[in-house]
Formats: sequence, C-alpha cells, structure tokens
Amino acid sequence: MSAPALVLRGTAKRFGPTPALGGVDLEVGAREFLVVLGPTGAGKTTLLRTIAGLETPDSGAIELFGRDAAALAPAERDVALVFQNFSLYPGKSVRANLEFPLRAPGRRLPEGEIAERVAWAAKLLHIERLLERSARALSGGEMQRVAIGRAIVRRPKLFLMDEPLTNLDAKLREELRVELRELARELQTPVVWVTHDQAEALTMGDRIAVLVAGKVLQSGTPEEVYRRPVSPLVARQLGTPPMNAIPARREGGDWVALDGTHLLAAHGAAQNATIGVRPEHVELSGGKSEATVEVVEDLGPARVLVLRWAGTEVHALAPRGESARPGDRVRPRIAAVHAVVWT
Amino acid sequence: MKLLRWLVITLGFLFAALPLVWMGMSSLKHQADTINPHPKFVPSLSAVAEPESHTFEVTGEAYAGLAVLHAGAQASFWEHLWNSVIIGVLSTLASVLLGTCCAYGFSRFRIAGAKDWLFFILSTRFMPPLAVVVPVLMMYRKLDLQGTHLGLVLLYTVFNLSLAVWLMKGFLDEIPRAFEEAALVDGYSRASAFLRVVLPEARTGMAVTAVFCLISAWNEYGFAMTLNSSGAVTVPAYFAGLQGNIEGMPWPQVAAGALVFVVPIVLFTILVRDHLLRGVTFGTIKQ
Repeated sequence: MSAPALVLRGTAKRFGPTPALGGVDLEVGAREFLVVLGPTGAGKTTLLRTIAGLETPDSGAIELFGRDAAALAPAERDVALVFQNFSLYPGKSVRANLEFPLRAPGRRLPEGEIAERVAWAAKLLHIERLLERSARALSGGEMQRVAIGRAIVRRPKLFLMDEPLTNLDAKLREELRVELRELARELQTPVVWVTHDQAEALTMGDRIAVLVAGKVLQSGTPEEVYRRPVSPLVARQLGTPPMNAIPARREGGDWVALDGTHLLAAHGAAQNATIGVRPEHVELSGGKSEATVEVVEDLGPARVLVLRWAGTEVHALAPRGESARPGDRVRPRIAAVHAVVWT
Repeated sequence: MKLLRWLVITLGFLFAALPLVWMGMSSLKHQADTINPHPKFVPSLSAVAEPESHTFEVTGEAYAGLAVLHAGAQASFWEHLWNSVIIGVLSTLASVLLGTCCAYGFSRFRIAGAKDWLFFILSTRFMPPLAVVVPVLMMYRKLDLQGTHLGLVLLYTVFNLSLAVWLMKGFLDEIPRAFEEAALVDGYSRASAFLRVVLPEARTGMAVTAVFCLISAWNEYGFAMTLNSSGAVTVPAYFAGLQGNIEGMPWPQVAAGALVFVVPIVLFTILVRDHLLRGVTFGTIKQ
C-alpha cells in the first residue's frame, strides 16, 4: 500500500477567540475520494485552506504523500483548490484562465505542452467550444466546469473542492456530480470534497468524514456512517427524513421510551440511552403500542408518516401504497437489527 | 426642470471656462494689449488703430517667445517645463508604486496596530504642508537637496503618499483575496501573484491615484518657490519669478506657457478617463 495522500493529526486553528478547527484527525488514501460533510460554519473551508497552505494551523501535523508539509508554501504543495465563490479571472479568456496555472513561474512548460494540456482538460470537461470566450460571458455551470478545468490541467497530486456545486441549480448539480465522480476515477487522483449536501456525500464519497464545529465526529464509508452513526449529531447530518432519536431507559431486559412505550430488547448494562432508528426501519404494524398518524408527506416513490409515538415525533417511511391518513392509529415496531443504541 | 438644469450646467461651464478663455486670448495678444486699461476681447486679424477699442490683433509671437530667456530667469519656459515633467512624473510613479505596495500590506496581512498606522498615515495630511516649510528648508540645506530634482521628487512623493495609500487600500480591498489565493495554490509566489494578478486588477485604482498625485505635484507652488528658486525650477515657480521683471511681466508668454502647461494634465486625464469614471463609481455596482 502506498503512503496516504494526506494525513492530518490534531490540526487546530482559531480565529481570535473562536476555534474553527478543534484538533482534526484525518487521513485520505492514495486514490480515495473523501467527502467532508458538515453544516455551514463547521470549519470545512478552513480545513481545505489549511491543507492548501493558505492558513497556518495553530497546532497539529500535516503530511502530504508521506512528507511533512507544515512548512511548505501553497505553491510547493502541488494541490489544486476549487473555491466555492471565486472561480475565474474575469478579464481573461477561458483559455487564458486554463493556461494560468501552467504558466506559473518555475513550471516552465513548453508552449506545445501548455496547448496540449489545455485541449486535454477542455475535452474532459466538454468546454472546447468555450475556450476563446471571455470568462465574463459564461453561465454558472460553464464557469464551474472551467474552474475545475483550471484545477486539473496541472495534474496536481491532490484535489481540494470547496462546495464546487453549491451555487448551481439542482439539475446541473446532479449532472456534474456524476460526471466529476467519473473524472476523479479516471484521473486516479485523491480528492477531498467538502459539502453540506448529503446527497453529494452519499453518492460521491469512497468515505465520508462528518465535520461538526471543527471536529471530525465520524469517518467511514457512506454505508457505515449511514447505518451506524456514532451519535445523534452525526445522524442528523445524513438522511432525509432524518434519523429518529428516541430517549429511552432500561426496564428489565428492554429499552422503553420515557413514557413507558416498549421499543426493543436491550443488551449490555447501560441504564439510559437514545435509540436511533432510520425512518425506513420503523414498521407500521406488529408493535405493542399504538401511535397516531399526524402528517403524511408524499415523496413520490415513498411516503413519510409523522407519528406521535413514544412521547415524541417519530418519522416512518412507507411504500407509496400505504393508505394511512392523518388521525389513523397504527402500531409501530422498530426493526431491532437496524436500531442504534447511543449510550 | 430641464431648462433649469441646462441653465445651471451652462453657468457652471462658463464659470469654469472663462479664465481659460481669457488666458487663451491673452496668449494671442501683443504685450501692450494685455495691460491696456480698456479690456480687449474681440480678436481681429489686422492691426488695430485706436487704442480705446475692445479689439486686439491676433499674434502668435507669445508662443514663439516661449523659447526666449527672460531677464532674471535662468532658462527658457521649455526647460522649466522639462523640470516640471521630470519632477511630476517621477514623484507620481514613486507615490503610486509605494502607495500600492503599502496599501497591499494593510489590505491583505494582519499588521499589529494596523488601524493606528493608517490613522498616522492619514494624519500627515492634517496640517497644511507649508507649515513645515522652514524645517524642510533647513534639512534640505544640510542634505544639499535644495534646487535639485530629487529634492522636490522626494517631497511630493512624501506628501502624496498618504493619499495614495488610502486610495489604493480602498481599491485593493475590493479585489477578492481568492484571486491571489488561487494563484498561490496554482504555483505562484506571493510576489508573482501580486504582479500577475493583483496589479492588473488594480489598474483602475492606480490610474485614479496617479491623476491625483500628478495634479498635486504638477501644480505645487509653495515648496517649489522656497526650495527650488535657483535650480530645477518648476513652471509655477518660474512664472512667479517673472514678476518684477525689468522688462515688465511678459503676460502673453505667461498665458501661452500656462496653456501649454495645462495640456499634459488634460491629455493624461483623457488617457485614463475610462478608469476615472469607473473609479468614481467604484463599489456602487456589484459584478
């Protein structure tokens, strides 16, 4: 196994009194696509800027491709950063924008190779016909393609993407998501992709790292993070409708809700816990107690039922054919194998 | 409403243009016509017989006379114009370059006490510059800078620097940091990112700053008169020195010279006009 592309150990950064990163540990494999998922203000952008060398961390170690990178200037790190807001130099043509990284002093590429690489990147991103246009005359989607083109022409060793799709409309976002995932695979270059969009995290990432308030709370494959979130906070970042979190206490061999509703059989010694269960794992019959359907939401392929149960609101996902209506009584049951117990 | 607007604009224009028009007419007169107690404002191509009419004969002799060495002066107008050009251009270049670099530092980096520094820089403009003419004179005497180009270049640069720093800081603050940061990540050093990315974006600000610096250095009179009355004399000081001339004040030549003196500034302003317009409306339009 080759050295990981990126290792962060205890990386911390504060701006004045507010900590932006509170000791981040992170590892990105040599060809891995890592999605850093977190809400606004979680420190995602600071994390990327620190990796790129635009911010100097207050403490902690950073290694790129097995080498200590803490003292390296941004230019020496050979990473590419796609910014969320800034994308292109407005006064330059698309071609000049793509050439810009190749013309950096010290790179000294022959003209032929510059033209070749620009053509290659333009082809990959389907922007050949835009090359001679001014960057000002591009649509949002085209701009972002060119911005990503700017990142790939250099063939850097690591891509850092700061919510590159956030400012685009939904349809374009989906299209580019698939396309960029393919592109990353083709280039065999590791990617750190930062987003608050869980759909991007689930569909793109080889691995997801959940970043909240400057700390990585969990990292793992999308499957792991989705099925076994380590805390209610992590659970909230992933899944729509969100995972149910039901406060519970021990009663004999069972977990019961605070109002005494039976939830599932218990193991271990803990006396108090929160039971996490995905809406798709709340069945609507076979339970020991009754619940009232409060709201039914039509998602298209499925329906979301909001139940008043176990002293709280519980979301359940039901197939489209489900006929329950608001006011109806159902007997919910938690599929115990899928439930997570947070103690 | 429209009428009123035109009226105001016309009055304003006349008010601004009249001295220039008078100066233009004076530059085309014989000296006697410029000091005639009967104001002469009707040009005529033939000689005028009666001295009490308002008509004057048009002549180009004042422009030819710009090359004349007047009594009490050390050189002709053209040489003094050259002094003004050297001093104005060099001090403008220095103010804009130093001001831009300094403003870039304040705009992009965390500097301890940045606000106090900026206030200090601004405060150098609080008092009228002439208030320090005596100490400057003494220093320049000691340093042998009196009557040199360098002396005035330094002085004008220093006086214009605070304006340049503040103006440029405003313009640089509007250039997104991401412009340089993208370049830094792309393999550029801080210096080359500044040269290749920031400076081209700051052109507008630099043009605006240059116009202000050039005008103030070009027109400066007090220090030019005190420090450089005997060497590297600029045009404003040269004109003033002609007063008390034994031949009488050569008004036509002064008027002709003043018109010529205005031309470079007008040309420069026209040259950077687009930048000036953008500069004035800067920040009011979001890209």
